[in-house]
Amino acid sequence: MEKERTRTTYPENEGDSSLLSRRQFLKGLGGGIFILFSYGEVAESQQPGTQAPVDFNAILNIREDGRVSCYTGKIEMGQGIVTSLAQMLAEELDVPLGSVDMVMGDTDLCPWDMGTFGSRSTKHFGPTLREAAAEARALLIQLAAEHLKLPENRLSTRQGAVFNKENEKNRVSYATLTKGKRIEKRLERKPSLKPVSNFTVSGKPANRKDALEKVTGKAQFTGDIRLPGMLYARILRPPAHGARLKRVDTGAAQAVKDVQVIRDGDLIAVLHSHPDKAEKALARIKSEFEVPTSEVNERTIFEHLLKVAPEGTVVQQAGDIEKGRGLAKMRLDGTYLTRYVAHAPIETHTAVVNVEKNKVTVYASTQRPFRAKEEVAEALAVPARNVRVITPYVGGGFGGKSWNRQVVEAARLSKLAARPVQVMWSREEEFFYDTFQPAAIVKISSGLDDTNRIVFWEYHVYFAGERSSQLFYDVPHILTVPHGSWSGGAGVHPFQTGTWRAPGSNSNTFGRESHIDLMAVHAGIDPLTFRLNHLKDRRMRRLLEAAAQQFGWKSLKRPISRGEGVACGDYLGTYVAVMAEVDVDKKTGKVQVKRVVICQDIGQVINPEGAKMQMEGCVMMGLGYTLSEEIHFDGGQINDRNYDTYEIPRFSGLPKIETVLIENPEMPPQGGGEPAIICTGAVIANAIYDAIGVRLFELPMTSDRIMKAMTKK
Amino acid sequence: MNENIEFKLNHKPVQWSGDGERMLLWVLRTDLGLTGAKYGCGKGICGACTVLINKKALRSCQVPLKEIHGKEVITIEGLAQNGQLHPLQKAFIEKGALQCGFCTPGMILSAYRLLMEKPVPTEEDILQGMNDVLCRCGAHQRIVQAIQSAAIELRSPR
Ligand code: FES
Ligand code: FES
Repeated sequence: MEKERTRTTYPENEGDSSLLSRRQFLKGLGGGIFILFSYGEVAESQQPGTQAPVDFNAILNIREDGRVSCYTGKIEMGQGIVTSLAQMLAEELDVPLGSVDMVMGDTDLCPWDMGTFGSRSTKHFGPTLREAAAEARALLIQLAAEHLKLPENRLSTRQGAVFNKENEKNRVSYATLTKGKRIEKRLERKPSLKPVSNFTVSGKPANRKDALEKVTGKAQFTGDIRLPGMLYARILRPPAHGARLKRVDTGAAQAVKDVQVIRDGDLIAVLHSHPDKAEKALARIKSEFEVPTSEVNERTIFEHLLKVAPEGTVVQQAGDIEKGRGLAKMRLDGTYLTRYVAHAPIETHTAVVNVEKNKVTVYASTQRPFRAKEEVAEALAVPARNVRVITPYVGGGFGGKSWNRQVVEAARLSKLAARPVQVMWSREEEFFYDTFQPAAIVKISSGLDDTNRIVFWEYHVYFAGERSSQLFYDVPHILTVPHGSWSGGAGVHPFQTGTWRAPGSNSNTFGRESHIDLMAVHAGIDPLTFRLNHLKDRRMRRLLEAAAQQFGWKSLKRPISRGEGVACGDYLGTYVAVMAEVDVDKKTGKVQVKRVVICQDIGQVINPEGAKMQMEGCVMMGLGYTLSEEIHFDGGQINDRNYDTYEIPRFSGLPKIETVLIENPEMPPQGGGEPAIICTGAVIANAIYDAIGVRLFELPMTSDRIMKAMTKK
Repeated sequence: MNENIEFKLNHKPVQWSGDGERMLLWVLRTDLGLTGAKYGCGKGICGACTVLINKKALRSCQVPLKEIHGKEVITIEGLAQNGQLHPLQKAFIEKGALQCGFCTPGMILSAYRLLMEKPVPTEEDILQGMNDVLCRCGAHQRIVQAIQSAAIELRSPR
């Protein structure tokens, strides 16, 4: 594997295979100026088996007609990058926003990309895209200097043209400059960028490119793709994970007019030119499954997880934990539990695949089109170059559409049916095959000395993973040990788990920030002051202070029946501080969140409106895993299969959300699609404690759990 | 057992013949080529499939075709008229009241009915009236703002 890597890293070598494929790749794109650039995913692209050119991840093309295209494997799933990226590009290149075409998630047109997750688009892609645009602009000025016979320093750009600063009429359009040319350039140097304060296009929400299509019903999602002769497939599913098919009788389904029944090993499907008719026919299949018995269920899950947990790896160590323990005057232990949570995007996993001779065309709701391409090639045993994956708008992903099972199903069925096939999971299938946020356990042992400072912090997390597990508070003796990651492994979870918006951090932040609050209460200190007492980190201090100001936080020792809570956290470089106010009905245990103030430092802010929309979305989604969302199950059987029993947040649960972005121009832009969700569990738990004097150690904090906790007290 | 069903769809007459037990959602999406109404749950829970039937916001995944005979159906595709966006559509764009946009058609049509019943809605009216329409992206706060601003525009004399 190591060898593979070194072999393919030299893009400029003559005869290098990656160079050849680059040539081929660009041939299809016509003329003009091409800037090829990469954004930190190149290393990952050099793994064996990846098909794309390996030395760049995106292309900026100023076409001969002056229009501008950006080709990227990133996809739009609601985070608004189809607009924000186009805005950055238009801004830096000085072209009207309307002349920018974003070509996204098409594996034939776009170079290899790892996928859209982990808040990478803004952090890695955005800045490099701006550099590429600046480079293109410099190149255009160079060309214009020749064309206008003027030195470069007398030229400037605006609205797709280069002009003489002293005489604006003396100008030449980008189209004229690129006409009949073909210039290829790799982005090597780091050109200087426009200061954010000069932006005129970026961050204007009304400019959203996809909005008009989405409010008129014209936006195409994968399920809206229609191909001639396309069939809709419904697939026979087991009642539980791990179940084995014992007997099946498809006779009655086969008897339905125009139905095609396909069986390929365990894949049994009914195909029809109408999805509802396929569904009806599917119901006529008689099947019997053997369901393995399992001791793992909602009640035993945490015990089970602790039993199968691996040793763990130390990720943070400071001082000497035993010594710290000895110094403690008061010792406080806490165990914090989080449960399985579904992604539950309103658009279910969908794919349309057309397998033809030497060509496979795939439309997929996926966060990882290039992964889907490989999976399809493998499943059909065809060369990956024959597979093209196109990603229409994705109706929400949140980490769940990084898995492409539905794509492979549609591909296999299309091959066997020799027709284009659509697989659109039902809501029940979506809940069954989701890659849930894992149930996880955080165990913390900590101590205060006689000046009420934390002297030691021993932290173990089971199956959430390491993200956000490390302590940023100022404590002399620390030991942090994650055991197992969010993906679990064999014998861990009774079904699949995976990345869920801010993977790992939701559990880790709930544990840490609840426990810090618990310590503040025992120390008899206001939880905000207690945090600040232990914070040297200036970014975090500033954020907490900003939150306190916006919220109107009173430094009082808690609980005081006001229902106010605070929490803060970090996620891959982004800092968040949250304050919330809740009402708890003591008779029913029902929580109403009244107000949430959320402050975020995402470094340089390119698109403030976009960032705020993501923050608001995070708050709402976070209230789900905090108050109501958990998957009920019995072994491999998932008992929540629709939105009736699995309750996602609704309008009635909407608090007043106030978002504050802290300017931090010295820091490059950080991701903003996930971090604002991580504090929700703790901030609400802390607010509930303040309201009723009872602490909850388990999410979600349903009315039942709250009532139980109150009676225990 | 084909039934002949006649109705108005987005201001145009439609004659459809087929199994009247079929749900409107699937007939719209496949037979009639209108994919604006979305499938989200299939059980009348999420509202993604909402259309207007005689100006009532109903869940097309639960409406058999035979029930719309003689009625008037408007889908999201038919809301803008003569190239003019409906004030709700404009407000959703202006307020950024959508993220992935998958719930948007159902949101807008549900809000349409809400504003017919309550032309001067309080915030509470909106929260309650929209409570059964689901959005996973968490665009709720801006959806409320969009509905409020559309309500104002709808009331103002043109
Ligand atoms: S799809 Fe009809 S209500 Fe959800
Ligand atoms: S905007 Fe994505 S579900 Fe509402």
